[in-house]
Amino acid sequence: MAKQITVFLENRPGRIQSISRILKEKGLNILAFSIQDRGEFGLMKMIVDKPAEAQLALADRGMACALKEVFAVTAADQPGNLEKLTTALAEKSINIKDAYGFVSTADKRGICYLEVENPHGVDIGKLIAEYGFTLIADKDLYDL
Amino acid sequence: MEIRYWNQRLETLPRHELRQLQLERLREVVGYALQTPFYKKRLPKVGISSPEDIRSLDDLKKIPFTVKDDLRQAFPKGLLAVDMEKVVRIHSSSGTTGIPTVIYYTADDLDRWTDLLARSIVATGAGPGDVFQNMMSYGLFTGGLGVHYGAERVGMAVIPVGGGNTQRQLQIMRDFRTTVLHITPSYLLHIHQRMPEFGLTPADLNLKKAWMGAEPHSENTRLKLQELFGIDIYNSYGLSEMNGPGVAFECVYKNDLHVWEDGYIIEIIDPRTGEPVEDGQEGEVVFTNLIRHALPLLRYRTRDLAFLHPDPCPCGRTARRMSRITGRTDDMLIINGVNVFPSQIEEVLMSIPEVGTNYQIHLSRHEGLDRLTVKVEIYSKLFTGDLAALEALKNKINEKLRASITINSRIELHEPGSLPAIEGKAKRVVDEREKL
Repeated sequence: MAKQITVFLENRPGRIQSISRILKEKGLNILAFSIQDRGEFGLMKMIVDKPAEAQLALADRGMACALKEVFAVTAADQPGNLEKLTTALAEKSINIKDAYGFVSTADKRGICYLEVENPHGVDIGKLIAEYGFTLIADKDLYDL
Repeated sequence: MEIRYWNQRLETLPRHELRQLQLERLREVVGYALQTPFYKKRLPKVGISSPEDIRSLDDLKKIPFTVKDDLRQAFPKGLLAVDMEKVVRIHSSSGTTGIPTVIYYTADDLDRWTDLLARSIVATGAGPGDVFQNMMSYGLFTGGLGVHYGAERVGMAVIPVGGGNTQRQLQIMRDFRTTVLHITPSYLLHIHQRMPEFGLTPADLNLKKAWMGAEPHSENTRLKLQELFGIDIYNSYGLSEMNGPGVAFECVYKNDLHVWEDGYIIEIIDPRTGEPVEDGQEGEVVFTNLIRHALPLLRYRTRDLAFLHPDPCPCGRTARRMSRITGRTDDMLIINGVNVFPSQIEEVLMSIPEVGTNYQIHLSRHEGLDRLTVKVEIYSKLFTGDLAALEALKNKINEKLRASITINSRIELHEPGSLPAIEGKAKRVVDEREKL
């Protein structure tokens, strides 16, 4: 599973910059990110090439951050694929807590990061495979 | 100017007779004090083992000051001087460190307190025929009930509406042709700001007077509010330790507050040395309650700063006048009339593991009402990355704070290390409210 790093940020100028600077100084690469705004604060969620190192670097600077496992799902860049993926999850009553996705233009692959509530412990890798999706293996993910 | 008295003899008692009355009453309350575990330990150490040991008012000075913390330490019954069967009323305030303070009253205590309120009310020229809308909160806070009973005794028509709900307040003012209000200055300002929304101007109402208390305010605020409403506004002072409102009140001359000295001995001291200051000099106000037997308090330090006018008032009352409160010797905050200590907020915050070490208390004013914002740092080690947990944390902080300080606050979460550090002279309280 992919490791997402979540950082607590105050909602004011320069905060995202300071996070990205810490990562830059450590030579860490950001593969994907998204920001959730909640008024006076927000959460920055990132997939980076070396999650543990990133967490250490940020925590060293006193940042509140946490690692969390998320699913990295890949599919061909085609109309209807998000609908198909969410149908697979919905039918098994799996709730999506958080998600963000993008398409890598080079190889026309869509990548979606999912945090889910899976109360019945469904094997998600197997489930989505039946619908033609693949979970990205960690080594492939961090080689992106 | 027409001067009306509630009890002319007592209100115009020559000073030497007033002092004699104080001495008699002091002996009486010392007798009650000696029934309490707290004073039973404290008074004999200074040579007071019976009321007869008080030979003159000067002997009061032998008695050590009583402070708020003594009330807390004595909670719940260390200062109770009578059997619980004699107690007919209990008022309580939230504690600054979790322990509340409590005040007990016997039926006679309430009677004497009510009488001083009747006197205060009549001194402002109000009386039978007036319709009185009491907009102070009822309940454990003494401001509402204290004035309520005084107004009934005087024979006013009392509307016990309590605080809040501006629309209903205005409706009641119209429906019942209210003539007198009891209100905080910030709420009176707010009422004025909201009136256009309901298509009202002060001319549509029948207001004549307001008694204003529970929050310090300046003479300019009084003048401004008097002009806005076209009414007379009288300053009111009291504290639950001295029964509640009606400790000092302005007469029709509106030239500072007559302290009802037959009920309370007032001293003004230098807060650093505890020594009395010269007449007319500002200092900390110290009161001895001469009329409450259930819970006697001797030389109670109020932490309020004020001065005494040495010259008499043209109204003929011999009770000296105290200035409006000019400040505090501690860091107590008054938020919408409620007393809050920063230490109460700190205590709550530090009991929540997900909260970091630094915090800041922000006060601002919106639409006439105070707003308390508490900024806290999250504790990085307990951060889970879960948004719902952060929202739950905000709710939890607000709930826990409300349980302690009784009012709602807005909680803001901040990054660890982003608020001024606790070491050194960090500014914990940022008060952006315009001075009233």
